Amino acid sequence: MSTRILELRQNVLNKNDQLARELRTRFQRAGVFVANLVSSPGTGKTAMLERTLAELVRRGRPVAALVGDLETDNDARRLAASGAPVRQINTHGRCHLEAEMIGAHLEGFDLEGLEMLFIENVGNLVCPASYDLGEELRLVLLSVTEGEDKPLKYPNIFNSADAAIVTKMDLAAACEFDLETARTNIQAVRPGLPVIPLSARTGEGFLGCCPPGASREFFPIDLEVGPSHAEQIRLDTPHCSARFDRRNVIDRGSDGEGMSVQGWVEFVKVGIPGPVHDTVPVMGETPG
Amino acid sequence: MHELSIALSLAEVAGEAAAKAGARRVLAVRVRIGLLSGVAADALRFSYELATAGTLLEGSRLDIDELPVVVFCPDCQAERQLPGVQSFRCPVCGRLTGELRQGKELELASLEIETPDESAP
Repeated sequence: MSTRILELRQNVLNKNDQLARELRTRFQRAGVFVANLVSSPGTGKTAMLERTLAELVRRGRPVAALVGDLETDNDARRLAASGAPVRQINTHGRCHLEAEMIGAHLEGFDLEGLEMLFIENVGNLVCPASYDLGEELRLVLLSVTEGEDKPLKYPNIFNSADAAIVTKMDLAAACEFDLETARTNIQAVRPGLPVIPLSARTGEGFLGCCPPGASREFFPIDLEVGPSHAEQIRLDTPHCSARFDRRNVIDRGSDGEGMSVQGWVEFVKVGIPGPVHDTVPVMGETPG
Repeated sequence: MHELSIALSLAEVAGEAAAKAGARRVLAVRVRIGLLSGVAADALRFSYELATAGTLLEGSRLDIDELPVVVFCPDCQAERQLPGVQSFRCPVCGRLTGELRQGKELELASLEIETPDESAP
């Protein structure tokens, strides 16, 4: 017998990442935009999705959702009230969704006919950060009841996200929640991350519900990014001024041919009456 | 606590690589874990023994290299190591920067394996 060192440099989550890459290719080919929602239990992922799905279905948009929980199909039943196709994934003790579970629950979905697929992850601010599900956009949610310092306590998942949503804004005053402090903490752990305050109860922050002239800063909007663009993109449109950072999407194994967040645009435009811009000018801005 | 899932994946990836290299036994496994990987070294060590039981890796030593976060500061035009994961600010000039150069790794770096001197007769 002899001993030797075998150099490998292989990703430990190789299998999940490979499955996620396959899913991403499949989603892109089918033309469906996929968003992965992560947060603590009780932050309001389901409430936000209820409102979003209902509005999109009302507008005749083909959307669907997968929702993960350890047990029960309560959330799937809540979301299915929108009329959108919804599947519950029960993980029976596992603390996060994995790419394999997504693949196993797509059967029967007409992906080609869908515009958007929302994946509601298991409520957990730790483990879902490590698992790529083949999504195009990862949204991390933080509710005002959790406190402004949540991003500092759980920096990894905020760092892995493409946008942060602050939920339950209708309770902000009662909780003495300071949005600016939360923004500062989010920017500290993930500079450039767009921050979107919402209330699923009042509709605040869902774009069409903003009062005219309200600040639209940080709303991601129609964005096509080529591989040569700067990592941080700033957009200015009649509707909004937004920043978007695509670094993580590239990190998670997109094919390097650029990406589109058009689906996300449809999502934030929920509630806008009348026509919206199909395309907007994109300005690449090199940081610094 | 998802380190058992991670340990099972590690055992699978390492076991396949070892078998492919013709290993009879794995003596040591070296992994590289970035501070932003979301994996706690202690919890991974705890799960490792369980995950490798009954495999080529049973009884092997787990060596963990923990990697700090390194960002690129566009003002300094230099890579900077951060003291933690709570502030993505250049420690020299104070600029916020999200240009990550190191910290998300969750890698199997190398294996120390025992192989037969020649092909078995």
